[in-house]
Amino acid sequence: MPDKPDRNAIEVIGVSKIFGTGEARVAALDNVSVPIRENEFFTLLGPSGCGKTTLLRLIAGFDFPTDGQILLYGNDIAPLPPFKRPVNTVFQNYALFPHMTVAENIGFGLQMLGKPKAEIEARVSQMLKLVKMEALAKRRTSQISGGQQQRVALARALAPQPKVLLLDEPLSALDYKLRKEMQIELKRLQNETGITFIFVTHDQEEALTMSDRIAVMSAGKILQVGTPWDIYDKPAERFVADFIGETNFLTAKIDNVANGKAKATLKSGKTIPATVAEGFTPKGEATIVVRPEHAKAVKGPGELSGTVENIVYFGTDTHILVRLDDGDLFTVRQQNSRSASCGFEEGERIGVSISDDAAQVLKD
Amino acid sequence: MATAQETAEKAESDDIRTRWLLSAPALLIIFFAAIGPLFIVLVYSFLAPGNYGDVKWQFSTDAWMNVLFERDIFDDTLSFAKANLSIFTRSISLSLLTTILTLIFGFPTAYFIATRPEGRREIWLFLITIPFWTNLLIRTFAMMEVLRNEGLINSLLRFLGLTTAPIQFMYTDFAVLVGMTYVYLPLMVLPLYASMEKIDFRLVEAGYDLYASRMQVLRRIIVPLVKPGIIAGSILVFIPSLGAYVTPRVMGGGTNLMIGNLIELQFGQGRNWPLGASLSITLMAIVMVTLMFYVRNASKTGAGHG
Amino acid sequence: MAKRATFDIRQQTGFTTVAMICFFLLYLPIVTLVAYAFNDNDSVAIWKGFSLRWFYSAWNNTQVIDASIRSFQIAIAAALIATVAATMAALATTRTKPYKGLTFKYAFINQPLMVPEIVTAVALLVFFSRIKIWTGYSGLGYLIAAHTAFCIPFAYLPIRARLENMDLSLETAAADLYATGWKTFRYVTLPLLWPGILAGLMLAFVVSLDDVVITEFVKSGGQDTLPTYMLGQLRRIVTPEINAISTVFLLLSVAIVTIFFIISRKRT
Repeated sequence: MPDKPDRNAIEVIGVSKIFGTGEARVAALDNVSVPIRENEFFTLLGPSGCGKTTLLRLIAGFDFPTDGQILLYGNDIAPLPPFKRPVNTVFQNYALFPHMTVAENIGFGLQMLGKPKAEIEARVSQMLKLVKMEALAKRRTSQISGGQQQRVALARALAPQPKVLLLDEPLSALDYKLRKEMQIELKRLQNETGITFIFVTHDQEEALTMSDRIAVMSAGKILQVGTPWDIYDKPAERFVADFIGETNFLTAKIDNVANGKAKATLKSGKTIPATVAEGFTPKGEATIVVRPEHAKAVKGPGELSGTVENIVYFGTDTHILVRLDDGDLFTVRQQNSRSASCGFEEGERIGVSISDDAAQVLKD
Repeated sequence: MATAQETAEKAESDDIRTRWLLSAPALLIIFFAAIGPLFIVLVYSFLAPGNYGDVKWQFSTDAWMNVLFERDIFDDTLSFAKANLSIFTRSISLSLLTTILTLIFGFPTAYFIATRPEGRREIWLFLITIPFWTNLLIRTFAMMEVLRNEGLINSLLRFLGLTTAPIQFMYTDFAVLVGMTYVYLPLMVLPLYASMEKIDFRLVEAGYDLYASRMQVLRRIIVPLVKPGIIAGSILVFIPSLGAYVTPRVMGGGTNLMIGNLIELQFGQGRNWPLGASLSITLMAIVMVTLMFYVRNASKTGAGHG
Repeated sequence: MAKRATFDIRQQTGFTTVAMICFFLLYLPIVTLVAYAFNDNDSVAIWKGFSLRWFYSAWNNTQVIDASIRSFQIAIAAALIATVAATMAALATTRTKPYKGLTFKYAFINQPLMVPEIVTAVALLVFFSRIKIWTGYSGLGYLIAAHTAFCIPFAYLPIRARLENMDLSLETAAADLYATGWKTFRYVTLPLLWPGILAGLMLAFVVSLDDVVITEFVKSGGQDTLPTYMLGQLRRIVTPEINAISTVFLLLSVAIVTIFFIISRKRT
């Protein structure tokens, strides 16, 4: 992956958005700040109602923040109406104009900007080629499939060459296979155009596969910003760990904190090494997380021990649910091979061994 | 430069101002050519009648008194205005009968349309809509063609040798009733259809599954489900029936009056504008009470969004 | 193949029969009316033979032609004004969070549907007769104004319905693509709203053309429209000329409703 330059395309500074007044007052965004770098694929990830779409709409200009600034290459664009911002959006339902053809849809933005006809035509055919829709240029948007509509929506938003492209859950209406295809397509488009993409989704897998960086949001706040790897393996907070992937939460006593490492003493009395987020010094009891694939079920003793409660077959792997001796439930994920069964039986007493460097200490 | 917050506030107040400006023409036209004049009628109902129509500008409650009572010119005693009262009772009972008759005919018809295959429904509905958008006067006139002495029915009866002299259908309450039922039937069918179309027939299946007979399914499942439509249709028929003017005038022939004709009479031959005004307000009040009953019922059954 | 006894859960005993009778009775008078228009006899009563003479007679009756022209003048003017006003009002009252006065606007716009026509008619008679005295003007303006008022709710109905089904995200998308408020309206809202406006225009036109009661009370001398002319004729001895006029009128209404039906069907 090429290094991204450090210039910020968008800077969100102390932005709040409050809906309603008095009793019905709801803060959709609560003092959010985040820089988004030029040319990066940046994802806002969170459950519905976390404020991710609100933030996107503020950047697009469909809503105005109650407080704070939104800088586009250093200029505050927060007070500008949407048609004065060099920012375009791919809408969740595409919002294609049903009374126009594919080509007319793509050319609409340029037409509104008053570009000469020849330029519009050239640009439209370039865009049609980019999204591989040349053959359907004259079709009405109601006569093309969902995947094709998606491509038209992309082309339409890219045609005016925006500085930033906003994508509001654009893949949510597509079925699984098409979604996978479009994920790759989107990455390709971003690489080819070099435009900064801000992508909103509630699908963690989508976020992990596509993004350069992810901001995890909850209840109007950004909890953690980082690369997919950071977010998955080094979640800073319980919400982040819980929302992304499957996780086991364990209580442990933490000491010997140094250089981002610590010693975690489990309830069983065994100790394991754990990583700690930068600039954070936990003391005493804390929650640590271990991903199911970073633990192993073993016949002999491990760092933890318990009884197999349930074995769930998933095709590629098997989940072994272990009732630990202290009463907590712990999930181990085990890769399947073709011939052998998982090797354990329900009711069997087993040990759980945790690989080095698998545990992460949470802030809360 | 304005802050984002100022922009947002300005956008909102601009939006509301634009919305008022946009609705102004419609509101003004309706005010000057529909609502406003009603206030004049209200004022007139408290004035004294002029000698040649119009009003004398002096306060009087006589008009309101005359809606229900009449003063004997010889001994100055009050008695119920029998003529007015009989017109009121005739209007209300004819309107109720019209509502019932349109319901009896309209319910199966709407049900029939609603149970056609999807593509065919529109055609049947279209057949109901055509008379609805055809001039009311023409439809009344058409019914006259059927009922009058030399009309279709009497011709047929004579042809079959069942009668020798024509039966007098026209200019009776019966003729008014038939005419109103005929002209207002689509007003019953359309809302009934609208709510029947939404019936989830799995509920009917569930009814049969739980051992209901056809009659029980109709009474216990279908009728309760389309109740909003029944109420809407009844109101839509009752209100214009009560205020009907053209149909009773043509079918009733000037003798079988309804409130509408009584009002006209006060502004025409009767030359008693204040009485006409107070009768108008009375009619409007009855309509408003009926509508309020509907709105209350609609909000209870959730028909308001139908 | 033998017909299998099946149980149709949608069937209700006797309903189809009643429905058929209903459709028959609905059209019987209309068919009779049209049939007698072709009767070659001076009175409607007895059938004498097929003839188009009453159509010629109506065509040569200047009163009928004058009344028809007047009907059209009023209907066109009223429908146009009402549709423009209703479109603006619909834009102002849909796709918004509730604001102060919104319910008031709904009530106001639909008011002409709530008040019995005869009441509005006498109210306008009283009001306009004053104005006629004050201004000395007694032209078609009064009829057009009255018709416009009661046409507005009819025009408003389909336009509002259409607007409410229109996704606001299309206008948002247009704004995102650099269209200013006016351009958004011109290139996105208006083209999408057009079928609703057309439907509203036609409804308003038919409603105005059909009006009897309000016209009867508002018109000045010599301002008969076709319906009020016919109402006047019904008091006299009826000749099949009335049937002929009715038939033409009927055809016109059917034509408009058919167009309306086709438009609304195509667009949904």
